[in-house]
Amino acid sequence: MSDGPRQADIGARLTFDLGKPGRTAFSLPPCDVPEADLPPPSLLRRELNLPELSQVELVRYFLALSRLNYSVDSGFYPLGSCTMKYNPKVHDKLACLPGFTGLHPLQPLATVQGALALMYDLQRWLVEITGLDAASLAPAAGAQGELTGIFMIKAYLADRGEEGRTRVLVPDSAHGTNPATAAMAGFEVVTVASDSQGNTDRQALASALDDGVAALMLTLPNTLGLFDPNIGRIAEMLHRKGALLYGDGANLNALLGRARFGDMGFDIVHLNMHKTFSTPHGGGGPGSGPVVAKGHLAPYLPTPVVGKDGEGFVLATPERSIGRVGSFYGHFGVLVRAYAYLRTLGAEGLRQVSDNAVINANYVLARLRPAYHLPYDRRCMHEVVFSGSRQRAKGVRTLDIAKRLIDYGFHPPTVYFPLIVDEALMIEPTETESKEALDAFCDALLAIDREAEEEPQVVKEAPHSAPIGRLDEATAARRPVLRWRREVGDGS
Amino acid sequence: MTLPYIPNTQADRQAMLAAIGVASVEELFADIPAEFRIGELGLPPALSEPELVRELSALGGRNQPVDDMPCFLGGGAYRHFIPSVVSEVIGRSEFATAYTPYQPEISQGTLQTIFEFQSMVCELTAMDVANAGMYDGASALAEACLMAAAISGRRRIALLSTVHPHHQAVVRTYAFGRGLAVDVMPPDDLALSGEHACLAVQQPNFFGYFLPDVEALERAVHAAGALFIVSADPISLGLFRPPGEYGADVVVGEGQSLGSPLNFGGPYLGLFACRQQYLRQMPGRIVGRTSDAQGRTGYVLTIQTREQHIRRERATSNICTSQQLVALAATVYLAAMGKQGLRQVAELCYHKAHYAAQRIARLPGYSLAFDGLFFKEFVMRCPQPPSEVNRALLERGIVGGLDVSQYVENGLLLCVTEMNTRDEIDRLVEALAAIGGGA
Repeated sequence: MSDGPRQADIGARLTFDLGKPGRTAFSLPPCDVPEADLPPPSLLRRELNLPELSQVELVRYFLALSRLNYSVDSGFYPLGSCTMKYNPKVHDKLACLPGFTGLHPLQPLATVQGALALMYDLQRWLVEITGLDAASLAPAAGAQGELTGIFMIKAYLADRGEEGRTRVLVPDSAHGTNPATAAMAGFEVVTVASDSQGNTDRQALASALDDGVAALMLTLPNTLGLFDPNIGRIAEMLHRKGALLYGDGANLNALLGRARFGDMGFDIVHLNMHKTFSTPHGGGGPGSGPVVAKGHLAPYLPTPVVGKDGEGFVLATPERSIGRVGSFYGHFGVLVRAYAYLRTLGAEGLRQVSDNAVINANYVLARLRPAYHLPYDRRCMHEVVFSGSRQRAKGVRTLDIAKRLIDYGFHPPTVYFPLIVDEALMIEPTETESKEALDAFCDALLAIDREAEEEPQVVKEAPHSAPIGRLDEATAARRPVLRWRREVGDGS
Repeated sequence: MTLPYIPNTQADRQAMLAAIGVASVEELFADIPAEFRIGELGLPPALSEPELVRELSALGGRNQPVDDMPCFLGGGAYRHFIPSVVSEVIGRSEFATAYTPYQPEISQGTLQTIFEFQSMVCELTAMDVANAGMYDGASALAEACLMAAAISGRRRIALLSTVHPHHQAVVRTYAFGRGLAVDVMPPDDLALSGEHACLAVQQPNFFGYFLPDVEALERAVHAAGALFIVSADPISLGLFRPPGEYGADVVVGEGQSLGSPLNFGGPYLGLFACRQQYLRQMPGRIVGRTSDAQGRTGYVLTIQTREQHIRRERATSNICTSQQLVALAATVYLAAMGKQGLRQVAELCYHKAHYAAQRIARLPGYSLAFDGLFFKEFVMRCPQPPSEVNRALLERGIVGGLDVSQYVENGLLLCVTEMNTRDEIDRLVEALAAIGGGA
């Protein structure tokens, strides 16, 4: 991996341990104004323990760390539910144009009309893609989009005098953010079972559904990668009881140009720009989680939304807005990339995205089905969930399979999620992978299945080729070391 | 239509469909009921890369970035110097195109830099533990208030009136969800009761000033059995004493100043640190140090039983993806500026802001709205409405301050950082003199 001398224990030395007193990596101009008196020392800082590095030490340190990471640009990254597609380089470059990065959020609106025009068009396109009526780009990430959407539902119900709706229904296949969000918004969470086909169990839904239900939070296709063909009837059931249908848009990559949330009866959805619209995941953010709503919920959108006033664009606050969800207007730098993505693909391109994402997932399904148990034995959408139960019977767990994939040069799929699948392996190839990449990945998983039979120890002790072996997570949680301290750094 | 981001050829697709056992891609979408299938979306036609560059450059060209003009605007988003090494490091694909480090064996780059980040935030704030970052300063403050409510079991949140109004608004939004009441109180008239989970203050406050007697506030908060939450400007912590030294239980802050551009308001970075005893109530991701079987040091996500993917509706927060790349920028920034640099930046801000304030306050018609110690922002009372002053400044090619006349009569909140040269400040002073000339 590294073309320099290999450090024996790179993790043992942080920036704090490198460098020497007196070294600097920066240069600043001298003070060109008369110095003012500083306040008394009691109000000042006595000591600041930050590193003292030269610039070359700093660059080499972070470069060495970067090489320890696996990324989409290094290889196939089929992390289910995360849509790890390739991120176009030109979009990053455009998002860094000084005409975007140099904008202060509070400068006069007349001087940021290009930025507002971009946001205005993006809102319109998200409305078109989802078949809903109005959007706000303010939420910072998918989970904050969820929170925003559920707050809007709460405010809407309160305005209608329906505070008695205190429960939110969440399928047992849902992302953990769904129940966590509902709880953060003060709702009681009721779990709804899935049926034997992996769809929402309509009988379970019917028995959970009464006048105390505010909403059902549904991911479509769901986290099993399955499209619930009863979606129309589910929406009807909810609406007949006066409850709302919330859509988690995490899996929109399967539906672009094929079906729209609004047509299917969803009242509100959040989208994940970093997934569907290919903005870099950044090692865990920043994402962006716009919400898009039907007309009855539109007055509750968070502030601001971008509106048009004559020829100019303005920031507006919807009439019954739930208020602010962030300091300013959302993750503008991420939104520029999403805008660029939509402009690059257009309607036909978006449809090709979903077509190829779905073909790729079904191809992986077809190739692995002989060796791995497919708990819901039907065609999938953009991702497929296998169970490692057959391999488990041979003494090899899904975790071992995941670690062994690292040796074959792949990022493992999402594992042990969704919770309703025993030893789950959740594979989302995305449309940006070629047939050759999928074949190599499937070949590796088939080889691991044979290894589980023939030499299980090799699998159980994997990875063998990673920069570091399996880490002691139990001790990390039991005796947490969460920061550098001088005594750790010195004398080692 | 061939797309650079979709490698499958027509022949590939045919071979794959055959392997799947379907005749056409339509069959794969068979679960979507016919009534919901749609025709083509109404979107503008696709662009090639050169056309895209032209369109986005034109949109960018319709803006006037503040880097092109002397700028004295702050109010929660700040123009500070960003060393080139920051964009160099965060631009590396290995960092930018990875995701949450679920597989630590191939994510040590991300994990180790998070550990660095947590360590630096602890050093800056003088707190025991820090998380991997939140969305922005406002949401970090809101989460801190929710955490205080969960710890104390109390249902009222107290905010000082001098907390940034946008941050106050976000606290209100989050509080609405949990059914918590929010009481806003001025620093000189605290009305804390046993029902308050916390008092949250901003230091320096929205108007740029340090709280005159923060010890008295701290005593009052703790006497009421509430948590003391401090939202701090991290650049100020290069020079001024950290909140951990005056009794803060939770310290949050807006981390944009640490190596991120203004970006029209985002993505920014929420800093979040607290005392050891509250670790298990803290929201967000946390990285810990451990080792592998061979004794090599490594880093993992830890204390995850607080988080949504494990604890679901009983999680401390719903946060999942946060701001890793922005946190990495802050980490590289703090490593690059280091012990001396951060203090130097803070001192430059302090001296230049005071130079500007003194010169403007001597102009006829202008005066400082408040006494007391300020850092890089201050409020100037103007002879005309600040909106008119700003307009006149913009005509002269200067981005003025933030109009805070709804809080301070004819108040203009001005911000001066190390990015403002003496020449720029002198130009501002001359322009203000000319604008206020009639006064």
